[in-house]
Amino acid sequence: MSGGSSSLGNVSRISALIVDDDPVIRKLHSAMLKSLGIQFQLAVNGKEAVDLYRSGANIHIVFMDMEMPVMNGMEATKELRAMGVSSIIVGVSSRCSDEEREEFISAGLDHCYAKPLTVAKIKSLLEGIKY
Amino acid sequence: MEGNQQLRRQLAAMRQSLFDQGYLDEQFIQLEELQDDANPSFVEEVVTLYYRDSARLITSIDQALEKSPLDFNKLDGHMHQFKGSSSSIGAKKVKAESTQFREYCKAGNGEGSRRTFQQLKKEYATLKKKLEAYFQLARQAGPMETASGRK
Repeated sequence: MSGGSSSLGNVSRISALIVDDDPVIRKLHSAMLKSLGIQFQLAVNGKEAVDLYRSGANIHIVFMDMEMPVMNGMEATKELRAMGVSSIIVGVSSRCSDEEREEFISAGLDHCYAKPLTVAKIKSLLEGIKY
Repeated sequence: MEGNQQLRRQLAAMRQSLFDQGYLDEQFIQLEELQDDANPSFVEEVVTLYYRDSARLITSIDQALEKSPLDFNKLDGHMHQFKGSSSSIGAKKVKAESTQFREYCKAGNGEGSRRTFQQLKKEYATLKKKLEAYFQLARQAGPMETASGRK
């Protein structure tokens, strides 16, 4: 497993969470994080993500899909922020309208990007994470 | 070996034609960049997963298109998901038909939706055949450098 670039520091201590109901996106984003040497967990909907936090998971950055069954990304983000979660939450959406994007951001995101992400984008998000 | 070199040239030509003919876009290159010695079949795995997972969406849309009256919100919802997956593997023509389908759904145009979906299924099947042939040739040719230059 690669150790990541020196600009990211000791990346093996960064932990991430990928939340997406699309297995293709989960596989793609997993491979991107793996290529950067980042530890990660997977959740298939917002409820699984919230449950992970409730069970005490220590996560630095969350990649949150918007539309998912059971609990969507907006609901999950609101729930996590209400729980006092201060992890970086990055919205990942294929919704294009500014209105939908703004609504997702106002739920408590730190950033919002179109899916799928790229390695370069993930790298820029990881720089400066305090762990 | 000369035979292998010829296979690799054939493979490179096949790959280029998929881009030139508009079947794939630059997102496919993102998949190739993630393929390396530790994940030598990554691209094929992702594409296989895509076709396996998207088959249920195709079935759902087919079933929804048989209902009367059409539930355009439901149809659009299924297609939104399908389009997202298709984009993630760089399926350019499939993605274009998905966009067209969603336009017809938004306009409440049932005939347009049905017609576009038939075309989408053709593109989806054509891409599947082409990629299967590509991956089969790739296996014969053996490991080669990806677009990023890594094996």
